[in-house]
Amino acid sequence: MGILDLKFENSNVIITSVDRLLNWARLSSLYQMQFGLACCAIEMMAASASNFDIMRFGVIPRATPRQADVMIVAGTVTIKMASRIKRLYDQMAEPRYVLSMGSCSNCGGPYWEHGYHVLKGVDRVIPVDVFIPGCPPRPEALLEGLMKLQEKVRKESLAKKSA
Amino acid sequence: MNASEIHQRLSTNFGPAVLDAKLDALQPWIQIAPDAIGRVCQYLSAEPDLALDYLMCLSGVDYNNGTLGAVYHLSSITHRHKIVLKVSCPKDNPHVQSVSMIWGTADWHEREAYDLLGIVFDGHPDLRRILLPPDWEGHPLRKDYKVQEFYNGIRVPY
Repeated sequence: MGILDLKFENSNVIITSVDRLLNWARLSSLYQMQFGLACCAIEMMAASASNFDIMRFGVIPRATPRQADVMIVAGTVTIKMASRIKRLYDQMAEPRYVLSMGSCSNCGGPYWEHGYHVLKGVDRVIPVDVFIPGCPPRPEALLEGLMKLQEKVRKESLAKKSA
Repeated sequence: MNASEIHQRLSTNFGPAVLDAKLDALQPWIQIAPDAIGRVCQYLSAEPDLALDYLMCLSGVDYNNGTLGAVYHLSSITHRHKIVLKVSCPKDNPHVQSVSMIWGTADWHEREAYDLLGIVFDGHPDLRRILLPPDWEGHPLRKDYKVQEFYNGIRVPY
């Protein structure tokens, strides 16, 4: 803290920048869009359950894209589903983030060669912030991916868009 | 009733429509002409002593020699006997009679065989694709299938 806060009579004053305040608020309440596509969704559900308790990071499942900040693409994205994913992403309010969870949504996974029906990476339809490897990733890996995303949000600025 | 008795009944009633059979197989099968499968199935399900009242599975096959086929696994809950029927049709004009009005199960199974192998079931009430999007090109489980390069602007191959 600087000298400024010592000027006030009571010490319950915090001085910070708007950037840091906004980023702190955003990264501490990343509401998650509630949907799962395949077996990764089971690990995502395990991450929500008491052992891993994803809610301690402020991740609360929301049933509508309009209330969600982060979309966890948990599972195989079929080409039929790709247009729905795109539409859901478009309905989310900015700032919005995408976690691609598992090999299937990262790059097609085991379906990369003969899966005529599988989208070979969800980044072909929507921009992805963090890719989480694994087939499926354990809940710890999802939490680590989420913490990576939080680090990314922490570095954002109103003045310039971070990459 | 065992497989050879069923085969005997079909041979006497449908004669030339019964093309081939293998009755000592683990699952005995009888080959039927594709334009007679409707009549044969109607007979098999309606006769009281045959009463094949349950279609366990309807599969589509690409034999990779210019023919496609459909395989019907039939079972009788009443009499506890089973039989397999097969039909084959040329790949360039794949038409098989529908059995969906005999067993309701056949409705979606025939749609799946149409979706993935392109077998046209004549007389089906609603022959649309069931799994793939309606504007998909080709039938993916055919042996000579080549995946399309783009679908609605999304690149499909890896």
